[in-house]
Amino acid sequence: MADQTTETLRRTPLYDLHVEHGGKMVPFAGYEMPVQFEGVKPEHLWTREHAGLFDVSHMGPCFLFLKDGMGEPGGHEKISAAIERLVPSNIAILKPGQGRLSVLLNDQGGILDDLIITRMPGIDGMLYIVVNGAVKVQDWALMEEKLSDVASLQKADDRILMALQGPKAEAVLADHFPEATDLTFMRCAYLQKGDEKIMLSRSGYTGEDGYELLLPNNAFGTGLVKELLADERVKPIGLGARDSLRLEAGLCLYGHDMDASRDPVEADLGWVIQKSRRERADFPGAERILKAFSDGPAEKRVGIQPLERAPAREGTEIHVNGERVGIVTSGGFGPSVDRPIAMGYVRADITAPGTKIDLMVRGKARAAEVCALPFVQPNYKR
Amino acid sequence: MSTYFTEDHEWISVDGDTGTVGITKYAAEQLGDVVFVEVPEAGASFGKGDDMAVVESVKAASDVYAPVAGEVTEGNGDLADAPETVNEDPEGKGWFCKIKLSDKGDLDGLMDADAYKTFCEGL
Repeated sequence: MADQTTETLRRTPLYDLHVEHGGKMVPFAGYEMPVQFEGVKPEHLWTREHAGLFDVSHMGPCFLFLKDGMGEPGGHEKISAAIERLVPSNIAILKPGQGRLSVLLNDQGGILDDLIITRMPGIDGMLYIVVNGAVKVQDWALMEEKLSDVASLQKADDRILMALQGPKAEAVLADHFPEATDLTFMRCAYLQKGDEKIMLSRSGYTGEDGYELLLPNNAFGTGLVKELLADERVKPIGLGARDSLRLEAGLCLYGHDMDASRDPVEADLGWVIQKSRRERADFPGAERILKAFSDGPAEKRVGIQPLERAPAREGTEIHVNGERVGIVTSGGFGPSVDRPIAMGYVRADITAPGTKIDLMVRGKARAAEVCALPFVQPNYKR
Repeated sequence: MSTYFTEDHEWISVDGDTGTVGITKYAAEQLGDVVFVEVPEAGASFGKGDDMAVVESVKAASDVYAPVAGEVTEGNGDLADAPETVNEDPEGKGWFCKIKLSDKGDLDGLMDADAYKTFCEGL
């Protein structure tokens, strides 16, 4: 992302709406995105108490489907076998409309991205996948290169992808889509309203109950977003609060809390690799990853609770007795917990919650301790 | 007593050879909710434009530069427990430190209130 200012920044279909609502626009992942509207803290707190609307159209929604045999019996098994070449999760076991978090791996078992993979409801042989905006071009190129023998990829990042998050999200959305109430966490419905097609999934990245909607980039799509924003329970939320919300929820940000140098066990995402896949050992980098499971990783991602008021930002060194034992990968201030919070990687012998550490903030050692994640308990509707 | 402003949104209110330094209302609004302030301690000395303090919002940490050269006579210890004072009263109780100017000539290049207002309107 060197010198983004010289690149041509893309705009999402909701750009004009952001400007209209007073969004402060900044370059992010190749797009002009709103970093905040009324302020990070009030937007964060609003989302935890009411409902926040996030434009995530910069991300990479796509559909991966069989070239032959779509809709036929065994279609889901075939498309699952394809994507399972690149991810270590059990996709074949998903029920129609069910989604799960996984990671895209390189041959060394390093994490190329995290992604949500959902079995398309109603038709066998198709997956709905959402990857991160900053790496979508590489992700898609990898899928096309490695899976082209059986699967085709349809990119959907020209549409509107938005999230509605918070305890009032269900009531707000049910006014538009009664089907929303029936979904539980990580379940997805494919809706058709007249000629318009909508992917509605009960998911998000704030730790709150809520939904992500893939909408057509047309008057229907923007019209729906406008109607949602006109609801007094809903406010537009910028990237700043999206970051503080996901950090409180203990969720990883790709490129910060994990990257190609980290495997899923180090990143404390070993749970995305189900037992059946561990036994089959048939995913990229299986040797390294299974060794990390059995021997324990050299470093591991942990929660970090600063015990003083100074926030420790990304890149802050973690010391014990003057020796460097780790690094902060995300850090800031949690408006809901009303104190600084962070996460990062520490040496294996430092990972126990309660272990005292020093955060080297601007040359000064600030007291902190390793803690369990998340900082705020999730409110998912199971 | 005269107050001067920098292009980096610090203010300095000068009385004799001592100045009180803080960040402007404009800067505080741009930062949003201030959650931590690191002010210099008495005895610290700075050249004009040196990093002198740090102010952190939910979003990010920002450096505060010394508007003039000099030696700090007092840091505002109240901000440690009440960083929100910087939002509530940035050009009053939210002051960062008091500084003994080494050269009052440093003030010459700074803006007065009217010039600073015009400067902000152009941003």
